[in-house]
Amino acid sequence: MKLYLKGLKAGIPIGLGYLSVSFTFGIMAISLGFSWWQAVIISAFTLTSAGQLAAIQVMVNPGQYFTMLISQITINMRYSFMSVSLSQKVSKRFSGIKRWLLGFFMTDEIFAVASTEDKVEPVFFLGLSTLPWIGWTLGTLLGALIGNILPPIIMASLCIAIYGMFLAIIIPPAKKSKPILIVIIVAALLHCAFYYLPLLREIPSGISISVCAILAAVSGAIFFPIKDKEDADNA
Amino acid sequence: MPNFWIYLLILSGSTYLIRAIPFACVKKTIENRFIRSFLYYIPYAVLSAMTFPAVIYSTGNIASGFVGLLVGGALAFMNKSLTVVAIAASLGALVTELIIMII
Repeated sequence: MKLYLKGLKAGIPIGLGYLSVSFTFGIMAISLGFSWWQAVIISAFTLTSAGQLAAIQVMVNPGQYFTMLISQITINMRYSFMSVSLSQKVSKRFSGIKRWLLGFFMTDEIFAVASTEDKVEPVFFLGLSTLPWIGWTLGTLLGALIGNILPPIIMASLCIAIYGMFLAIIIPPAKKSKPILIVIIVAALLHCAFYYLPLLREIPSGISISVCAILAAVSGAIFFPIKDKEDADNA
Repeated sequence: MPNFWIYLLILSGSTYLIRAIPFACVKKTIENRFIRSFLYYIPYAVLSAMTFPAVIYSTGNIASGFVGLLVGGALAFMNKSLTVVAIAASLGALVTELIIMII
């Protein structure tokens, strides 16, 4: 119980952050034509920002199941790396079944906090995940419901919030690492090309995001292979 | 949204499996340097491709989207938290929209 509460406390800032960002996800889902309960179910069962944002843009078109699968695998591949990384740091009490159940909660921020522990206990991890999951689901509900009654100008302004969060994730590491900065610029330029150039522009955004991200990350891996130190920083 | 449940199954199922399979099954670290490097860069590449150029169109008005990007980018550069940057970008866009309305 003490460990659960310790985790719960560590999860407060993540939960608050998720509450505000998922609020805008709720607004965006409604603006694309989803019902409030659909937005809430998506958040409760998926618990991811970038993946859900890409997903609702795919879902408005019928039958793009393959696009959905490919874009989700690319966007969420980073979680595999985090899961591999955290699997090295868990305590003996983290049995197979607990890993299958709690693996659901592996988000960027939960991973980041959990990996500061020497030995991650399952009860601590559950406590840590509780408030972020509640914040993410509740924020989506509030955005979907209250979003409707907010003035259009405020709703429009809030739609940029999720991109603000992305900027806050990518810019600070780019200041410290030139390879990360270059990978970010390459990915951005490539996706601008897919956005503006004829023919390329016809490709669905779920696919073009994946293609650009893979190309940028592969060029990063070729020209700037990581050293052991960077790996340790990331883990 | 007639295909909602099928889409939801693909979305949440793939996201869950990507997280849970490596967590439950991988007991050793990945040694291959190329794969490790690729996995190291992929989060930044994904978020960058998602943000650009979509961020400037996100508010439905290029001017307010651009100001939101500048404000958010500046605060992110100053290492402000996710929440602060997200709210500041929205405020920057809102103020721009209000100014446009008054003009």
